[in-house]
Amino acid sequence: MASLRDLKARISSTSNTKQITKAMEMVSASKLNKAEDNAKAFVPYMEKIQEVVASIASGNIDVDHPMLISRPVKKTGYIVITSDRGLAGPYNTNVLRKLYQTIEERHQSKDEYVIIPIGKVGRDFCKKRELPIAHEITGLPDQPNFAEIKDIANYAVNMFSSEEVDELNLFYNHFISAISQEVTETKVLPLNDIDVGEKQSSMYEYEPNQEQILETLLPQYAESLVYGALLDGKASEHASRMTAMRNATDNAEDIIDELTLSYNRARQAAITQEISEIVSGAAALE
Amino acid sequence: MKTLTVSVVTPDGPVLEESYDMVSVRAEGGELGILPGHIPLVAPLTISAVRLKKQGNTDYVAVSGGFLEVRPDKVTILAQAAENPSDIDVDRAEAAKQRAEERLNETKSEEIDFTRAKSALQRATNRLEVANNK
Repeated sequence: MASLRDLKARISSTSNTKQITKAMEMVSASKLNKAEDNAKAFVPYMEKIQEVVASIASGNIDVDHPMLISRPVKKTGYIVITSDRGLAGPYNTNVLRKLYQTIEERHQSKDEYVIIPIGKVGRDFCKKRELPIAHEITGLPDQPNFAEIKDIANYAVNMFSSEEVDELNLFYNHFISAISQEVTETKVLPLNDIDVGEKQSSMYEYEPNQEQILETLLPQYAESLVYGALLDGKASEHASRMTAMRNATDNAEDIIDELTLSYNRARQAAITQEISEIVSGAAALE
Repeated sequence: MKTLTVSVVTPDGPVLEESYDMVSVRAEGGELGILPGHIPLVAPLTISAVRLKKQGNTDYVAVSGGFLEVRPDKVTILAQAAENPSDIDVDRAEAAKQRAEERLNETKSEEIDFTRAKSALQRATNRLEVANNK
C-alpha cells in the first residue's frame, strides 16, 4: 500500500487538475453560448441567399453558369474543419478519421485530390501523412467573422472555377446539441442540387440580366456555405470540449474519492498499529 | 403613406431592419431608386453607400458589394459586409485606404493584386464617405 504522504500528494495533484478542467469546462460553456448566437445571426442571411438562388435556379432551366454544372471529376477538393487546440474529446479524431476513410475509399493516387485544412490539428494530420495540401488556415479566433474566412472560401471557390478541382466537399462536425455532434460531409460545388423548396410565388425581374446576377450571387453563396459550416464547426468544437472537460472533472472527482478512501484506510491502519504496539509494549512491562 | 421594410443582412448578423419611404442604391447596371410597390427585382450592387429616405431624412449604410432583392413591400440587401455610419471604424478604414494606395503604386504589373488592392481601396473610401456623411 502506498504511503500516507504519497497518497496525500496524489490527492492534491488530482484536485489541481480538477480545478483546471472545471475552469476549462466553464470557459467552453460560455464560448458555446456565443458560438450559438453567431450561428443564429447567420441564419437569416443564409436563408435569404438560398431563397434567391433557388428562385433563379427553379425559374429558368436554361441558365447555365460553370458553378451549376457538374463536370467529370478528375480531382476533388476537400475542406476539413478542425480545431487549433486539442482537449476537445473526439472532435478532431472523428472528422479526420472520416476524411481519411473517404479518401482511401474514393481515390487511388494522391493526384486525384487535394485538401484544404482549417485548424492546426487538421493541418498537422495532413502533413504527417503527406497528403496534398492546397492551402491552409490556422489560428482562427473562437468567434470568427466573415472577413477572416473570406480568403479561404474565396480561394476554394476559385479553385473550382479555374477547373483546378472539379468538385468541392466539406467535412465538419455538425452541431446537434451540446452533447451530440455529428461528422457531416456536404458538397459545396458544383451547386447542382440546390434545394428549391416549394415553388416561389414571386418571379423576379433581373437587372441587368440573370448571367450577371449569377456571376456575383453564386460565389457569394458558395462562400457562405463554407462560412456556415465553420460556424457550425466552432459551436461543435466548444460543445465537444465542454463535454470532454466535464468528463475529466467527473473522473478527477472519482479518483479523489477513491484516493481519500485509501488514505483514510491507511491512516486508520497506522493508528491501529500504533495502539497495538503500545498495548503490547505495556503488556511486556507487566 | 406606404413604406418599405428595409433589411440589411450580412453573414455576421442583421445590420438594420426598419421602414423607409425610399431606397436608392448603386447597382452594377447604374443607379436604382426603389419606392413602395416596386415589382420583384434582383440586382447586384457595387461597393457604395445605400441611401435610405424617411420623411426628409436620409440614412446611409455602407455596403461592400452583395445584392439587392426587392419585393413590393420589402427590400432586402444581402452583403458580405455592411455598416451603419456609427459602426464604421474610421481609423481602420483610413489605414486600409493608405495600405491599398501603397499597394496600387507598387504592383501595377500583377493583375490579381491590382484588382484586390483596387477593391480594398474602394471599400475603404466608401466607408470613409459614409462615416463622414452621418
